[in-house]
Amino acid sequence: MKHGKYPLIITFLVPPLLLYGIFVISPYLQAFQISTTDWLGYSSSANFVGLENFATLLRDEYLWNAVKNNLILLILLPILTIALGLFFATMLNMGGRRGTAGVVGVRGSSVYRLVYFFPQVLSVVIIAYVWKEVYNPNNGLLNGALRALGLPTPTWLGDPRTAFWAVLAVMVWSNVGFYVVLFGAAMQSIPRDIYEAALLDGSSRWTTLTRVTIPLLWDTVQVAWIYLAIAALDGFILVQQMTDGGPNHSSDVIGLRMYNTAFGSETKFGYASAIGVVMFFLTLSVAVLALRAARRERIEY
Amino acid sequence: MTTVDTSSPVGSAAPAASATDPRRKGDRAPRRELGLLNAFSHAFLVLWALLTTLPLLWVVIGSFKSDAEILSDPWGLPGALRFENWARAWTEARIGQYFFNSAVVVAGSLTLTMLLGAAAAYVFARFEFRGRQFLYYLFVGGMMFPVFLALVPLFFVVRDVGLFNTWTGLILVYAAYSLPFTVFFLTAFFRTLPTSVAEAGLIDGCGPFRLFFQVMLPMARPGLISVGIFNFLSQWNQFILPQVLMQGDESKWVLAQGLAALAISQGYQGDFSGLFAGLTLAMLPVLAVYVVFQRQIQAGLTAGHLK
Repeated sequence: MKHGKYPLIITFLVPPLLLYGIFVISPYLQAFQISTTDWLGYSSSANFVGLENFATLLRDEYLWNAVKNNLILLILLPILTIALGLFFATMLNMGGRRGTAGVVGVRGSSVYRLVYFFPQVLSVVIIAYVWKEVYNPNNGLLNGALRALGLPTPTWLGDPRTAFWAVLAVMVWSNVGFYVVLFGAAMQSIPRDIYEAALLDGSSRWTTLTRVTIPLLWDTVQVAWIYLAIAALDGFILVQQMTDGGPNHSSDVIGLRMYNTAFGSETKFGYASAIGVVMFFLTLSVAVLALRAARRERIEY
Repeated sequence: MTTVDTSSPVGSAAPAASATDPRRKGDRAPRRELGLLNAFSHAFLVLWALLTTLPLLWVVIGSFKSDAEILSDPWGLPGALRFENWARAWTEARIGQYFFNSAVVVAGSLTLTMLLGAAAAYVFARFEFRGRQFLYYLFVGGMMFPVFLALVPLFFVVRDVGLFNTWTGLILVYAAYSLPFTVFFLTAFFRTLPTSVAEAGLIDGCGPFRLFFQVMLPMARPGLISVGIFNFLSQWNQFILPQVLMQGDESKWVLAQGLAALAISQGYQGDFSGLFAGLTLAMLPVLAVYVVFQRQIQAGLTAGHLK
């Protein structure tokens, strides 16, 4: 294999490296450099201002408001999604146990698995508009039902008290199906005899779930946690298309702050990049923390 | 959707434990309790199924309604199948044009992603050289960070190389941002392939390039399909990149941008049926393809997340 190894390595590696270097690595690196300037975009005058942007950022109450929302997402999105995902996956993969040995899913589980995954194949933009119409206060699906039941009809996305939670619900809605399938696939790979043994020992359904299934799924849950945490720090497209951060900044997120700072009415590229840099480290530390927190002795089977 | 009936003996396991089973009698009480629990949790399954399908179905039904029908009764059914709504969205809102544009861009970017990703992954998986570890982690590290962090400088990079508002620019950028996951996934996949076949090829005088294209790539087909599906969906559904890199020229927009524009103009004109029809046209083909290739698509999307 030694002979003629390098021609192949070079031809195979240089084109992807070039593409990746130009369009991915260099923008990330430039973001750091731009974040220390007062660059206003299209003009070429950019003065070095050191860490001034970061100092401004600390006093920016709109940004802090957005950070607060992202932190709420960071806590609630993974918890709700993983809990629902685990519940449905358990039902679909072993809910059909009828006192006899063997672990089977409930009837019709393949239909559920098909349907639950729908949001995953749709574009976030489609999801945003579908739900924007569902939440429409006058002719939306939701208020139509509430009105028929004689219940009060909130304005959902138009009310600062409910807008953020309405968006959070859509985030959970669009993610659960994916984790049902993911956890389901992981459950299927757990050997059957473990469950038969648990059943013979008289383990109840709940004990089996908490003492057998979840510990064996821990690796997958950990991966899910990291992905959902990263998704929670984003949430940009959904918020932008559904509420544009409003009303009254109640549903703002960091990504949207950054986008509007850079591509909004004033093109403060330096300041926007500073927000980007903070996000970069926030994402990095969340990922590392999630890995640390979820670390446990790995169970081999 | 099937029924919530859990006590029915038609299921798979029940008939096996027939009436002759002596323990059956003693089992009864806990079983009924279990049945109740089952019915309860089964109700949740049905509820979630409704929750996922109803909004989508509602939009599809709404695409046949007139604006008056949409405004007067959100739960009502359309008086007629008004396909003219679809026609209006397809031509006036140019959904058809944007569909075509998306197809062109994704065809280009997907080909490029797979070609470059497979080549890099093959090198990382099969060859030892200096800096291999570093380069691998450089690629894979890109998976962790959301695209929008690089958005501002990326805008200028693309503009400075003269690719702003071009499909070529979008194709290159899509491919670049798809590389981290593709390389990560395919490197792991190439590692699982047996080395003996490659060695046999080399002994038979197969050159290293031919070995890759005629032996290794065909062997890696399942992995290529999985990651290809993943990339297809994420590139087809891409919104943030075109929003920034394809700001000007309306005729070159991709589907997601067209929908965004449609939603904005709907806000001004109150053309609800037009928006519903546009959403339906964008959503149905993807869902149809998904229903047909359900197994492959679910496996493809979840594959990278399992150990």
